[in-house]
Amino acid sequence: MKFKFDRHTRRKLLSHTVAVLSGLTVIAVLYPLVSIVYEAVIRGGGVLFQWTFLTAKPPNACDVVSCSTVGIGPAIQGSLLVVAIASLIAVPVGLMAAILASEYRTRGFGRAVSFTADVLTGVPSIIMGAFVWGYFVLYDPSIAESVIAGGIALSAIMTPIVARTTEEALRTVPNAMREAAIALGISKWKMTLRIVLIAALPGIATGVLLAVMRAMGEAAPLLLTLGYTTNYNHSLLQPAAALPVLIYTFAESNYSNQQEVAWGATLFLLMFILAANILSRYMIHRLSQRMSGGA
Amino acid sequence: MESPTPSPSSSSSAKTRRVSPWPDRIFFGLVIAVGAFVIALAVAIVVILVYNSEQSIRVFGWGFFYGTEWSVQYQVFNVVPFVVGTLLTSSLALLIAVPLALGTAIFITTQAPRWARGPIGTAIELLAAVPSVIYGFWGLYVVHPYMAQTVEPKLQSTLGWTGLFSGTPVGLDVLTASVILAVMVVPTISAVSRDTLAAVPAAQKEAALSLGATDWETTRIAMLPYARSGIVGGVILGLGRALGETMAVIMVIGNAEKVPTSLFSSGSTISTLIATQLLSNSGPLQISAILECGLVLMLISLLVNVAARLLVWRVTKGAGTVLA
Amino acid sequence: MYTATKLKVEGLTAYYNNKPAISDISLEFPERQVTAIIGPSGCGKSTLIRCLNRLHETAPHTRVEGRVLLDDEDIYALDPVRVRRRIGMVFQKANPFVTMSIYDNVSAALRFNGRHSREETDQVVVRSLQHAALWDEVKDRVDAPAVSLSGGQQQRLCIARALAADPEVLLMDEPCSALDPIATAKIEELIGRLKKDYTLIIVTHNMQQAARVADLTAFLYIGKLIEFGPTEELFERPKEKLTESYITGRFG
Repeated sequence: MKFKFDRHTRRKLLSHTVAVLSGLTVIAVLYPLVSIVYEAVIRGGGVLFQWTFLTAKPPNACDVVSCSTVGIGPAIQGSLLVVAIASLIAVPVGLMAAILASEYRTRGFGRAVSFTADVLTGVPSIIMGAFVWGYFVLYDPSIAESVIAGGIALSAIMTPIVARTTEEALRTVPNAMREAAIALGISKWKMTLRIVLIAALPGIATGVLLAVMRAMGEAAPLLLTLGYTTNYNHSLLQPAAALPVLIYTFAESNYSNQQEVAWGATLFLLMFILAANILSRYMIHRLSQRMSGGA
Repeated sequence: MESPTPSPSSSSSAKTRRVSPWPDRIFFGLVIAVGAFVIALAVAIVVILVYNSEQSIRVFGWGFFYGTEWSVQYQVFNVVPFVVGTLLTSSLALLIAVPLALGTAIFITTQAPRWARGPIGTAIELLAAVPSVIYGFWGLYVVHPYMAQTVEPKLQSTLGWTGLFSGTPVGLDVLTASVILAVMVVPTISAVSRDTLAAVPAAQKEAALSLGATDWETTRIAMLPYARSGIVGGVILGLGRALGETMAVIMVIGNAEKVPTSLFSSGSTISTLIATQLLSNSGPLQISAILECGLVLMLISLLVNVAARLLVWRVTKGAGTVLA
Repeated sequence: MYTATKLKVEGLTAYYNNKPAISDISLEFPERQVTAIIGPSGCGKSTLIRCLNRLHETAPHTRVEGRVLLDDEDIYALDPVRVRRRIGMVFQKANPFVTMSIYDNVSAALRFNGRHSREETDQVVVRSLQHAALWDEVKDRVDAPAVSLSGGQQQRLCIARALAADPEVLLMDEPCSALDPIATAKIEELIGRLKKDYTLIIVTHNMQQAARVADLTAFLYIGKLIEFGPTEELFERPKEKLTESYITGRFG
């Protein structure tokens, strides 16, 4: 068969070129993921897998020779504390706001709340931090750098996420369930909490997990509200360390021991995020199986 | 009043259960209160920012928006260097990210074998889950050396005549920051584009195929125009994310307080300004100016995000990925 | 009277998920005649016609065995893109490109094939719309969105679009099933005129329609070809018991 470079061939060539190019973009896009994981393992693996790493305190700036403690213990404690405080606020508030938007007919108020939550997800996290800082600076500067302040800042970021994902999860619960409950004489609040909420649990749990993962990784608002320390925290009104803040601070350090700790912390945080991601997928899978298979 | 369905009324049968309306009313009250709190939060953010920038607004007035100096020594502060930094890095990031994201979306929806579509999509979602501080850290230690030693000198030697690439390529500059931002923003744009492309009805694709179109022609004629507004919405959503990014940018942008004159200049964005200067021993006027910059940033990203949500919502009608 | 064979199907079997939707079909479609394919729902008529322009294989988990010869060339040995240029299709539900105008819809095929001047494109568009009996109704609004047309008009637009690609064969998969009787009548009249220039193959669930427009009819049942012949013979003197049962309405 003679090979003709006619229009048809050109068209096919173009189509194949586009296919190849688009495949290349996938490689280009996934490369950073591979690179980040690789670098974290190479540069942080050594430090992370010393068994004291998770409990010891981070090193102060010094040469490799004279430093003794190498760890991220206080940062883990601080992160957990501040995210816990934030969740204590964000989960109830987010759930209730979603319930308002989805379960009650309120002539536009619910929709306004939903829209506000949507808009709030787009506010930069640094602005949330600046907002909380500004508030405390006005009213009680003594706790402007504390776990409480950090927790409030993170909750401002988490609440809209929980609210939006919960609202969407609630909307997927079939109305038949609500009608059946009403017909049985169950009061509205019980129906909402015990039946509808439970039915939407997979989606809600995913949303909460998403918000928690996001909060664990946020550094910007904490830079302004959590203060800086390398010690364990003993009071919610005091500053604390946090993983993302530690990574940032030590990243800019000129001392390789601190840089190494930063990589170890990065690896730890990545593993945590990955685990949470896998967990959330598994949870949706199992819970929604139970929902459709069982009841 | 509150619930759309009638509450159980007392029947006249022998066993009448008195159901008190109070638990329901309290619950409703609680729910309303929380809703009001959410709206109050949004308002409070604006109010606190405005209140704290009042001094700067009074002192600098409209000049704040066209002056280019930021000087602690002379106590003169203007927003222009930071707005330029923000817009420049975000636009550049989009310029890099959009073709890449569209490419992945097209590949996943038209080329990839069906078994591969899920895994690739998941991998891209994992990219979105990586915290921005890790992107910044990786950017500082991995990307920046590469930019400084390889990419930037080459750009300068080949495209230096455009004037965009002047100055010594140190690597801690607007260009590197834009590259990191692009990496961060691709998953967002890709996910939305993928959803909108997947939502194109098969009938449209078959119409093109039956005319003798190649794969690319089918994509070009039947799929992309149909998905256009959704894709644009995704791009604007990505822009919104890029505008507000702090940690990914702060470590690689060089943190200079002037308007960048070349892509190799150091610069700052409004986010990095707030992160670096709010807590340092700045005087009240400086703090006020910093927060006025924050106000500007918030208004810009609010506008962008509202526009994006309207576009994306209209096309996918609420279905698809939830973008937190 | 028979003309030369344009399209010949030999031992065609098509699978969905490893189950055959049509088995071992052999058929010859003569040139410039209208052949109808009839049969109850699920008999495989759509599958058969989608094999003729190689659209069946674009769905997941599908397979095709056998040959389909277009002027003695097996289309399964050719580039599908070329095949689909020569064998066009009109679908059950009209599917104009929703973002495009009437003009752009009709000229779509031209845009794949290099640059044509505005005059050339205009000519093709007008000619195709005339061929599809739509020109008079849209001539002062060719730049209007295609979706602003009625259902019947959209279907004629799709016919015009298919004709603009200059095919040799036109496949029509139940083209009137979504249309009202008036629109249907217009298209049936159109079919009568189109057969002067094109070979037409029509799938229809409406026996009366087959009787009205087709020169030859093929009757399919559960994926197998039961009977094939001139329409009049098939309807009035069917050779197979099954055909007779279907025609007399003993099953749907």
